[in-house]
Amino acid sequence: MRIALFVTCLADTMFPAAAKATVQLLERLGHEVVFPPGQTCCGQMHVNTGYQDQALPLVRRHVRTFAPYDVIVAPSGSCVGSVRHQHAMVARNAGDAGLAARAEDVGSKTYELSELLVDVLGIEDVGAYYPHRVTYHPTCHSLRMLRVGDKPLRLLRNVRGIDLVDLPDADQCCGFGGTFAIKNADTSTAMLADKMGHVLETGAEVCTAGDSSCLMHIGGGLSRLDSGVRTVHLAEILASTSSSSEES
Amino acid sequence: MTTFLGMPTTAPRGVGNLRGDEPFPAAAHKALQDGQLRRNLGHATTTIRRKSGAVIGELPDWQELREAGSTLKANTMARLPELLDQLEANVTAAGGVVHWAADANEANEIVTDLVKATGHDRVIKVKSMATQEIGLNEALEAAGIAAVETDLAELIVQLGNDKPSHILVPAIHRNRAEIREIFLREMPGVDPALTDEPAELAGAARRYLRETFLSTKVAVSGANFAIAETGTLAVLESEGNGRMCLTLPETLITVMGIEKLVPTWRDLEVFLQLLPRASTGERMNPYTSMWTGVTPGDGPQNFHLVLLDNGRTAVLADEVGRQALHCIRCSACLNVCPVYERTGGHAYGSVYPGPIGAILSPQLTGVEDNASLPYASSLCGACFDACPVKIDIPSILVHLRNEVPHPRAEKAAFGAVAYTMDHPALYTRAQHAAKLSRHAKKLPPPLNGWTASRDLPEPPAETFRDWWAKR
Repeated sequence: MRIALFVTCLADTMFPAAAKATVQLLERLGHEVVFPPGQTCCGQMHVNTGYQDQALPLVRRHVRTFAPYDVIVAPSGSCVGSVRHQHAMVARNAGDAGLAARAEDVGSKTYELSELLVDVLGIEDVGAYYPHRVTYHPTCHSLRMLRVGDKPLRLLRNVRGIDLVDLPDADQCCGFGGTFAIKNADTSTAMLADKMGHVLETGAEVCTAGDSSCLMHIGGGLSRLDSGVRTVHLAEILASTSSSSEES
Repeated sequence: MTTFLGMPTTAPRGVGNLRGDEPFPAAAHKALQDGQLRRNLGHATTTIRRKSGAVIGELPDWQELREAGSTLKANTMARLPELLDQLEANVTAAGGVVHWAADANEANEIVTDLVKATGHDRVIKVKSMATQEIGLNEALEAAGIAAVETDLAELIVQLGNDKPSHILVPAIHRNRAEIREIFLREMPGVDPALTDEPAELAGAARRYLRETFLSTKVAVSGANFAIAETGTLAVLESEGNGRMCLTLPETLITVMGIEKLVPTWRDLEVFLQLLPRASTGERMNPYTSMWTGVTPGDGPQNFHLVLLDNGRTAVLADEVGRQALHCIRCSACLNVCPVYERTGGHAYGSVYPGPIGAILSPQLTGVEDNASLPYASSLCGACFDACPVKIDIPSILVHLRNEVPHPRAEKAAFGAVAYTMDHPALYTRAQHAAKLSRHAKKLPPPLNGWTASRDLPEPPAETFRDWWAKR
């Protein structure tokens, strides 16, 4: 299958390992990955902070860039959530019904990685090998906006060598919330403290999730504590094989 | 008869309890330092969440019930003027008197005048959000009328000269030692040997309230529902104290937001299933009192219904935000909210805290007056899932964030970022500049909020697109 990668600005700039892993995983599974040029940012941060006017050109750019492709994947639940649930709204609020219709179309063929693997490609065992103790944090937008359910866990359970441990109160928000982490830094930190407490309780070496943004927040906190627990994107675990390391 | 309530205006300033003294982040900062508060809230919300989840899980048709509740409310809002007229006609026909209050000031004036006309200087109160919203107790006090809260938790809040911090359990922030101190200090005729045993504390309140019930001739209540087709009012509570207020006095004055209507008796079937399971985690509400106007020889012989707008018509005019009027005040969204669980209700500054407060208060007051509230959420979406009438709170938060006045510097920054993101060459240059932040352990304001508790990630050696270009 020919799959267009919507890399997301955060993964592109700060967490390319997650994006590279997405490419390597899909290629290993026999698919062709293309990277549509001209893509930048979906505008989620703008929409969620109250800047829909400023987000409009980004929505336009995203829709224009990805409209020609049949299947689009992103290594981020919240960016997919924005594309699927917010782009058409931004277009409608701007009075552009044509853009709204095209945005709906792009949204309907854009998938978060675990959705693509399980729902579209029909695969739960990607042949990965990852000999580490891992706990999985289901990010809010994956869980409640996209309803990915246990798809990421089904994928993780099939990874060879993994020691997968349940995260207590897993469905509680980690406190990231985009600009919430800055505008309400204290409350965000209080939420993070509890999330980190639960991660540490599991004794895991690695905390994984489907969103680099939440992982940046959780990982930033765990690093500040010198906890020794790493955050690793789901794609990196699924891309790992016995002949590779996750850093490849 | 048609009724003209005037142009939709927001709740007036200087009266009532919809506006805080400081923005949410500042108030939250203080609340987060209160260990007792954090512990009480964590314990209470976890307990209610678990209980509610269990009884909701018993119903195979919970999702259908939510859908029915949502649809009934949407239908009611679409027909609100005619239904209000119908309610007025039916309450009047049953011997009640209906008053229309455009805002908090009018409502307070109407109730104060009605109490004065009875010649009494004390009223007993059923727990009510609407009267808290308009600051009725303060208005009555200014007119020399004492208002006694009879819901146990509201009484604790009132005696403590405090503010409610939760819609359903307003004294959630207090522990039993604090309650004992408040009772000893403020409760008339209290036994000085009172201990902090819950049964003793409840006993002290019962003795005090029984005397008050039997000697007070005027009661003020809110209402959970009003049935347009019959003119019937309904109050749901757990203690029975509300029923005392609704049945013992000579005069009953009910203050109700105009959105509390349901069209028919049958509609209550849906809400009486939704509300107790979502709010207290009970299968059936303990005390459900209903009355229709006046019944000769039984209960209050004078009944007044004050229909309150106070910004609701303005909310109704907003196509996205109007869903907030569907709220049945169950507080399920508070109990699942990770922000509320850590800050408590006072940080929201309004009598409506938590996720519902973050969308309702700014709409009632106009967003300028509660500009920080729509941001008091990580948009995690737990509230939407918990809401028994399916109010899409996250979407309304995003909508309101788009309406609030933005700080000039922030607006300029977001504009610059959007411009950069819309020009791939600039974007690529900015990506490379981001690498320079490699050694930044502390970011400048306002971004220092991040580095206060979190390390920045190490910028990668190359961006994804650089890697891709080299493949």
